[in-house]
Amino acid sequence: MKTVNTSFILLFFLINSDNALFGQSSAGGSDLTFYGLVGLSAVLLIWALLSIAGNLMKIEAEKQGIDTVRNNFGFLPDLRDIFGKPSPARIPEKNYIKLRKGHDILLEGVAEQILETPEVNRFAVRPGDFHYMSPIPKVEVEIGDDVMAGDVLFYDKKRPEIKYVSPVSGEVVEIRRGEKRSIEAVVILSDKKNQYKEFNPPAIDSADREQIVQFMLESGVWPLLNERPYDIVPDPASVPDHIFISTFDTAPLAPDLSKVVQGNEIAFAKGLEVLSKLTNGKVILGIDGRKGRNVSGAFSGAEGVEKYWFDGPHPAGNVGVQIHHIYPLKPGRKVWTSTVHEVITIGRMFLEGRYDASRWVALTGAELHQTGYVKTYQGASVNDLLKSNVKEGKQRLVSGDVLSGRQLGADDFLSFRDDQITVLKEGDYYELFGWLLPIEPRPSVSGTFPNFLYPEHRFEANTNTHGERRAFVVSGLYESVLPMDIYPMHLMKAIMTNDFEKMEGLGITELSEEDIALCEFVCVSKSPLQSILRKGLDIMKEQS
Amino acid sequence: MGLIDFFKKIEPDKKKSPFLHTAYDAFFTFAFAPNTVTRGGVHIRDGMDLKRLMVHVVIAMQLCYLFGTYNIGHQHFAAAGMYPGFMEGFHLKLAHGLIQLLPLFIVTHVVGLGIEFYFAAKKGHAVEEGFLVSGALIPLIMPPDIPLWILAISVAFAVIIGKEAFGGTGMNIWNIALLARVFIFFAYPTTISGDEVWVSGYTKLAPGMAADYGWWHTSFFNSIFSFFNLDTFNTATVVMDGYTGATPLALAYQGGWDRVTEVYSASQLLWGSVPGSIGETSKVLIILGALFLIVTKVASWRIMAGMVVGGIVGTWLLNWWGATPFMMIPWYYQFIMGSFLFAMAFMATDPVTACSTDKGKWIYGILIGVIGMIIRVMNPAYPEGWMLAILFANTFAPTIDHFVLDANIKKRLKSA
Repeated sequence: MKTVNTSFILLFFLINSDNALFGQSSAGGSDLTFYGLVGLSAVLLIWALLSIAGNLMKIEAEKQGIDTVRNNFGFLPDLRDIFGKPSPARIPEKNYIKLRKGHDILLEGVAEQILETPEVNRFAVRPGDFHYMSPIPKVEVEIGDDVMAGDVLFYDKKRPEIKYVSPVSGEVVEIRRGEKRSIEAVVILSDKKNQYKEFNPPAIDSADREQIVQFMLESGVWPLLNERPYDIVPDPASVPDHIFISTFDTAPLAPDLSKVVQGNEIAFAKGLEVLSKLTNGKVILGIDGRKGRNVSGAFSGAEGVEKYWFDGPHPAGNVGVQIHHIYPLKPGRKVWTSTVHEVITIGRMFLEGRYDASRWVALTGAELHQTGYVKTYQGASVNDLLKSNVKEGKQRLVSGDVLSGRQLGADDFLSFRDDQITVLKEGDYYELFGWLLPIEPRPSVSGTFPNFLYPEHRFEANTNTHGERRAFVVSGLYESVLPMDIYPMHLMKAIMTNDFEKMEGLGITELSEEDIALCEFVCVSKSPLQSILRKGLDIMKEQS
Repeated sequence: MGLIDFFKKIEPDKKKSPFLHTAYDAFFTFAFAPNTVTRGGVHIRDGMDLKRLMVHVVIAMQLCYLFGTYNIGHQHFAAAGMYPGFMEGFHLKLAHGLIQLLPLFIVTHVVGLGIEFYFAAKKGHAVEEGFLVSGALIPLIMPPDIPLWILAISVAFAVIIGKEAFGGTGMNIWNIALLARVFIFFAYPTTISGDEVWVSGYTKLAPGMAADYGWWHTSFFNSIFSFFNLDTFNTATVVMDGYTGATPLALAYQGGWDRVTEVYSASQLLWGSVPGSIGETSKVLIILGALFLIVTKVASWRIMAGMVVGGIVGTWLLNWWGATPFMMIPWYYQFIMGSFLFAMAFMATDPVTACSTDKGKWIYGILIGVIGMIIRVMNPAYPEGWMLAILFANTFAPTIDHFVLDANIKKRLKSA
């Protein structure tokens, strides 16, 4: 309706100014201005009428529950249809979304080849990987117990129906405790035989939703789902509006999911089939629409799902960004997400009746002798995975990517959802005039570095902050790397001042840490945006 | 590294002498990028920090500084009718410019940084970089003859009342440099307006009055110049007959563009060899600085573009009205007179006091353009408007942002 209002104001202004203009033009002897303005007024009037009618149509359509985001019910063509680029030839469908904002951080140490499978002895499930789980979950096993892959390890006392199970078979060797006796990890020494607990999956076609949910809860694949907003393991009693899966990862050095899915196409398709039973809406795949990418047929040919092709720099591959462009998470909306690896595990459970958490993990980063993919299981020990692969010196090990990954301790394990380890140099050194005349090249979006001259250069980044924390000064920078209709800086300020309503209005529920991570990277004031965001989400969750 | 060990050795005790430690910390972090590493959140950070950002704005002003120094001297001799060519008496012009400009620069920084260091020590945080830019801007927007004590008071006013009272860098509502100038404008109007203040080095700018040379002119520089057999400062220099020292805008106010071109040519206006505030005269060099800021993405191109649009619209409105000769001047001539471009490149784009949303930036820029042009043309006391227009828009920037955000919020909550 906003466009209509503006056009009326314009019209009003023009009609009222006609007299004055007429006086002027007759004095000057030119009628052209007058007739031109009359013509313009007529065009504006017709346009205003058309937009009012169109808006009424849209309101009616919205009342009927038809998607007005992607369908145009107005009489006037959508600006996107006129000026927006049509899908390029490489995209087989019309659901093509081109994102311009964002930035690809190119780092050294891409995973390309497949490495020899290392001998990983220990695996762990970490309660800390799940948001809002009580710090001391009920542990079902004791040290010395033998478990099979799929045996329950622990559950949250607040939600006992959701079971967290062992990814491998072996012996429970450690229940690691942290502050205030909270449980950090349940560690299993693998027996290398991979004995699976056998489950009896229901037939998807004949089973109803209730049965499928029940089976997923029992078999331990339920935590493989994630609910937005807040990034929590979903409530089994709730039904999501849609389920989103991003089939490509644009984060720095992220694994190529089209390679990962190779050999698992049937399990992936089965997983999608299961997911489509869980929602009344659609299962929506976000597919890599960037130029020169090989997209696996498992994604582009997936059936029974809706496909959207995203093209653009990071964070185009983030599921949060994709949701924003397809089904924005307004207050009250709820969607579930999952990842390619997790869909495969769910699919296997329904195909074979086994909790098979095997996955390809990408070992990446400039500080590794050898980068590449290794086959292992969920929660593998990082020390076992890397062994002597790490170069000499002070390094930082990260589970996940450098933007939103978790810093790994001395004897630590992959996070529940992570399929990547990044190793990079610690940057704890002073640099003479480092802010003015940097000696080493470093990734940056700023035009003050000559980086734009070398668009293909891969940087050997380290963990130095390159500056001290300051107050918010620069504006518009966060917005330039976040392809969403959100004002991150104002949202952060709303969180810092505990302004609950403003947070909600500015779209906090649409964001998760990984979406805002690039903003934190570019931040000139070196503010910790991800932790501020999580604080805001905590407040929101408490209030709701 | 030897230097860093030396720095570590001389570090003053933080508890015993907080002020010294703050000053030390400021210089230390100036010399060395700190060794802090990321904790939680992202593991790598962009190479850009606030110091680097601020210093790039200062770099963008350097051409204005160079030409400003020269032009102080050039205007001084133009008043006497001497050395009309660009290269003629070049060393004298530069020397006179330095004698005038350096004290302004030093006073601004001693007063401004002193206050910044004091407040940083008192609040126990690091010295923030905001004054790097403000301190570089203030000398450029002053008339060359401004008394140093007035400058010192205005800088103190701007930094204490305009910035520290609001909580320091990033919290201020009004542009610090402009606040210093507007303070002088209202408290000591005769030192910053009229025809006489823009040309320096005379006891009074009237025909026949002698040049006012001090020790630096007659002893320091003259002994150097005479050693090299160059022209020296001549104490017999007097203001020539018929010279007024009026700025182009003052002339335009008297009789429109025709009156301006009687005294100055358009190319003179463009290159900047006209009287005015120190840094604002050379339009070509300012445009180069603005392009540098846009290419490096340090300043917002939206604000600059908005101001150009606003300036053009404002001029059209005035052209259409056309009551005085000043109103009839087309926009391209308006742009090369006065400080429109300087205000656009360096003043309006201050990210702290401008709007912080992209849409808001357009509105903000256009608002400044229209209002500034109206003040310039219609204010009889002082024919220039950007200072007041920008301070006015600074005041409304949070309100503009509020409405932009409100539209975003309404869109999200509608039909939720």
